[in-house]
Amino acid sequence: MSLALSIPADRYWQALFDTLAMVGVSGAIAFVAGIPLAILLVVTAPQGFLASPRLNRVIGSLVNGFRATPFIVLLVALIPLTRLLVGTSIGVWAAIVPLAISATPFFARIAEVSLREVDAGLIEAAQAMGCKKWDIIRHVYLPEALPSIIGGFTITLVALISSSAMAGAVGAGGLGDLAIRYGYQRFDTQVMVLVIVMLIVLVTLVQFIGDRYVRWLKER
Amino acid sequence: MSYSLALRRDTLSKFSEFEKREPIQTKTETGDLLFNSSPKTVTKGINIVSFKSVIKLYPLATGDFYALKGIDLDIPTGSIFGIIGRSGAGKSSLLRTINRLEKPSSGQVFVGGIDIGGLNEVDLVKLRRRIGMIFQHFNLLSAKTVFENVALPLQVAGVPKADIQQRVSELLALVGLQDKHHTFPKRLSGGQKQRVGIARALATNPEILLCDEATSALDPETTQSILQLLRDINRQLGITIILITHEMSVIREIADQVVVLEQGEVAECGLVWKIFGNPQHEATKALLAPLQHHLPDDLQDRLQTTPPISGPYQQILQLSYNGENQLEPDLLRISQYFQGSSLLHGGVDRIQGHAHGRLLLAVDSNIALPDFKQLTQGNQAIAHHIEVLGYVAGTFHSR
Repeated sequence: MSLALSIPADRYWQALFDTLAMVGVSGAIAFVAGIPLAILLVVTAPQGFLASPRLNRVIGSLVNGFRATPFIVLLVALIPLTRLLVGTSIGVWAAIVPLAISATPFFARIAEVSLREVDAGLIEAAQAMGCKKWDIIRHVYLPEALPSIIGGFTITLVALISSSAMAGAVGAGGLGDLAIRYGYQRFDTQVMVLVIVMLIVLVTLVQFIGDRYVRWLKER
Repeated sequence: MSYSLALRRDTLSKFSEFEKREPIQTKTETGDLLFNSSPKTVTKGINIVSFKSVIKLYPLATGDFYALKGIDLDIPTGSIFGIIGRSGAGKSSLLRTINRLEKPSSGQVFVGGIDIGGLNEVDLVKLRRRIGMIFQHFNLLSAKTVFENVALPLQVAGVPKADIQQRVSELLALVGLQDKHHTFPKRLSGGQKQRVGIARALATNPEILLCDEATSALDPETTQSILQLLRDINRQLGITIILITHEMSVIREIADQVVVLEQGEVAECGLVWKIFGNPQHEATKALLAPLQHHLPDDLQDRLQTTPPISGPYQQILQLSYNGENQLEPDLLRISQYFQGSSLLHGGVDRIQGHAHGRLLLAVDSNIALPDFKQLTQGNQAIAHHIEVLGYVAGTFHSR
């Protein structure tokens, strides 16, 4: 049985590529920026080894502020910043800025929980053996929390795939945009169904890879 | 667990040779400390650790809680020093003031003659490299192999890779885990994990080893082998071992001196055999109780305070030994004084070469008891203390 496509196959590939680019780049930024934020949140907490309640409260409020703003609002509200950073307010790159800014605090909170769950006894052992603060972060906090952090990053990526569907609002394209414009506004059920299937496959794949990696880390 | 004694002796001697080598020049400010410090040269004085009026209080919502209420204590260089107490007695807080994992609220802690209260961060790290520590739950890094766990203290001290390789191999041989370099801690038994912990604690060639309930999570057999290893480390490497435990049996097994803590205060302190032989404080007696040979319950129930008016009966005697004057239970002489007696219950332990324990004898009513004073004093003594616990009607066995 051959399937007659209502729109050219290119459109699907382009949309998939746009989604992957948006999720990939903003995910990478969220990872790189989120980990230091999470570390700061943990070590400046009252029980942390760099206890600084004020700094902790400032970072905490910032993180909460961004997390409280709905993505579609953030997408529009950040347009001036986006224009400043990437020189344009439309297209894939214009979507990456708000995507990264919304995913970073989200991931930072998840990673914070992962780091917080590292056994206090391990921190104590590291201090006892003469580890300095940076040694403890590098050799204890990060490696010990890694499986849990990877699990949290998988969740972040899936959330990004979902948020990226709204990027059509700034003309960034992607799978979500395809489904809205063709599937919904043009009543093209075929596009709607195919996009949903592609998204399901994508999310399943991300989750599967994440889970496998976590299992491998834990079973060593 | 495969653990050959001969091999261990062999590696121990290799290990001490390693320490005698020329110091290796390293770039870090602490590198020289690692290979250049032998306990004899670095630490001067008889007491490697001294506490002076150490107080630790935790402010709580319900008011201040005093974990330590003014501890004065000296720990002799080269000894195995036990700190025992019930839960919440302050043992853990006291131990942690030695490497400043806990900072005293007031008072001073001297390590190697230096007041560690005033150390800055850099000096504190140096101090901690002279003090190894092992833990009840081992606290090994699960993401690192056995090799990487033992290598970490050296790695963070900036020791060159080739030296780390050699040192870690020697340490793992020392603890009998030479075949586990690339194993992750998850795949090890409890005893093996503690061996890795010990190897890690010894990596920077410390003068002091702190043991935080190091055997409390292990089964009795593994406990014995870990205690044996600690004893060897103390005797052959000259490392002072300070251990906390709530089990008197651990103290009896390896400690030279013991301090009993009770509610943040020193209840009593001294040589282990003396404390065992003559405990003064209520807390000490409570901790010793599980090790002592008390009158069995069935006998206790039949015990009367006065002899029965008619019929045969048994006089129940308790002979105690507290380790003083090298006095030993001499069975021949005991039976001379108490003819026809039977040994009902009891036991004798040797602690640091001193006989400790008690023997319960049943002596038939037709034997007149001699004057106990003569039997407990001077050269003719047969026990340190003799008392009649009571009387039991009838006989224990038909003669």
